[in-house]
Amino acid sequence: MAYPLTAWALALLQTLLFIASAPLLCGWVKRVRCAFQNRASPPLWQPYRDLGKLFRKSVILAEEASWLFRATPYIVLAAMVLAAAVIPLIAVNLPTDAIADVIVLVGFLALGRFFIALAGLDIGTAFGGIGSSREMMVSSLAEPAMLMAVFTISMTASSTNLSTAMHYLLQSGLVLRPSFVFTAAGLMMVAVAESGRLPVDNPATHLELTMIHEGMILEYSGRHLALIEWASEIKFMIYAVLIADIFLPWGIATRVTPWELLSGVVAITVKLALLAVLLGAVESGLAKMRLFRVPEFLNLAFLLCLLGLLSHIILEVAI
Amino acid sequence: MTPVSLYTQAILMLAALVLFTSFALLAQARMFALIRLYAWQGTLLAVTTALVAWVTHQPRLYISALLTLGLKALLIPWFLNRLVIRLGLQHETEVLQGNSLILLGAAALTVFSYYVVMPIVQLSTLVTRNVIAVSLAVILLGLLLIIVRRKAVTQVVGFMCMENGLFFAAVASTYGMPMVVELGVAFDVLVASILFGVFFLHIRDSIDSLDVDRLNQLREGDD
Repeated sequence: MAYPLTAWALALLQTLLFIASAPLLCGWVKRVRCAFQNRASPPLWQPYRDLGKLFRKSVILAEEASWLFRATPYIVLAAMVLAAAVIPLIAVNLPTDAIADVIVLVGFLALGRFFIALAGLDIGTAFGGIGSSREMMVSSLAEPAMLMAVFTISMTASSTNLSTAMHYLLQSGLVLRPSFVFTAAGLMMVAVAESGRLPVDNPATHLELTMIHEGMILEYSGRHLALIEWASEIKFMIYAVLIADIFLPWGIATRVTPWELLSGVVAITVKLALLAVLLGAVESGLAKMRLFRVPEFLNLAFLLCLLGLLSHIILEVAI
Repeated sequence: MTPVSLYTQAILMLAALVLFTSFALLAQARMFALIRLYAWQGTLLAVTTALVAWVTHQPRLYISALLTLGLKALLIPWFLNRLVIRLGLQHETEVLQGNSLILLGAAALTVFSYYVVMPIVQLSTLVTRNVIAVSLAVILLGLLLIIVRRKAVTQVVGFMCMENGLFFAAVASTYGMPMVVELGVAFDVLVASILFGVFFLHIRDSIDSLDVDRLNQLREGDD
């Protein structure tokens, strides 16, 4: 299928919008958390300032750092940008839909995680090693749950293509599916664990013994740190948009008209803002778990996703 | 794609939630939380029954819904709670060994029950025929709860959970049993829960614990 040039431009624009607005979402989540905890919050654009400051600073490399350590920030950011290109943010039916496959998406996320864990090990410090091994533990438990959720969605829509699945969901209207209720709960837990949010990992911690993500990137500085921070902000946004896209697909633009695109932008903004409020409430209400309770948490997520799959097969296939 | 009626959606949602409470019972180690979950399952059953009554215009099902709510959501949980307090088990939690394995086993049982009821489903024309598999799964999960737990109170909850599964199957697949049968079963369950209470006291008097594994040791004067 040949797409007009405007569609390609729109796809590019959508990806740029995605990666540009990822720090904004993080700033908003921080603001919501501060509001819940009765603290004065930093301005919304604080993450941009942080990134800008880091980009201006010089890079300090450890003597033992290999090419892997230097290449990782670029690889991770590239993987996240590609993953962001896969996800429909404000419009479906764009040229990038051809690669909008959920399993590809899981693959991109795994690629980034693999390199960041290698970089944590590369430098040879104890905290990097601890961080890497913990990250691998968390992700090895979270990935099956995520794939289970993906399978449920692709079985419902009979396609692993995200865009096709969204089309199907938009067409079938407002149907309460038990499988989706469970999958949504499971996927949210996976998202919390994978993007290193509170009950599993504390993104703001500098207490060495509890760090997961921070442990791996402890040795990064300057430009490299900025790239990795940005990548993890994009990763967080990927999960948020994925949940918004699949479980509340309404409002996204299906045709390329200014009006529909505008409504798509407004819809995704409102949905993400609401999701962030929910996340902020949860994060303020929960304390960080002990590391050895994380498998229980992820086991519950896996169980919820599995129940979603089972209730899809048992209850929904025949109707 | 055919539009699905609101009624079917609601029944399927309730069925999935009932299944979820069964899984949650298996994962829960605390006594009070366990009993509360059981009460929630009873409430869901009562809602399902009332919904079926409303849609099929069968007033007698309202009675059965009320009975379910009164017995399974209020009276029996209250009774079990009182028993737990009386036996001093408030702060006891069971040690769950290999819980993730048990939960996977529970998922396997659900698949198994789906496989078993497949021939029945093909014969039925009701919209809610798929729920039979869920209710069979609830029965099997109750059985699993009895098998894997050691504390007598938990085993009783497992037993009650099995009964819930049977009741759910009756309501969802055949629009309820005859009133006489239903009343009989309801009172049987009530009597059973009281008898269990008496049993608990006896078990504790004779072996000083509610851990039924210790009933296997029949030697006297054991340390």
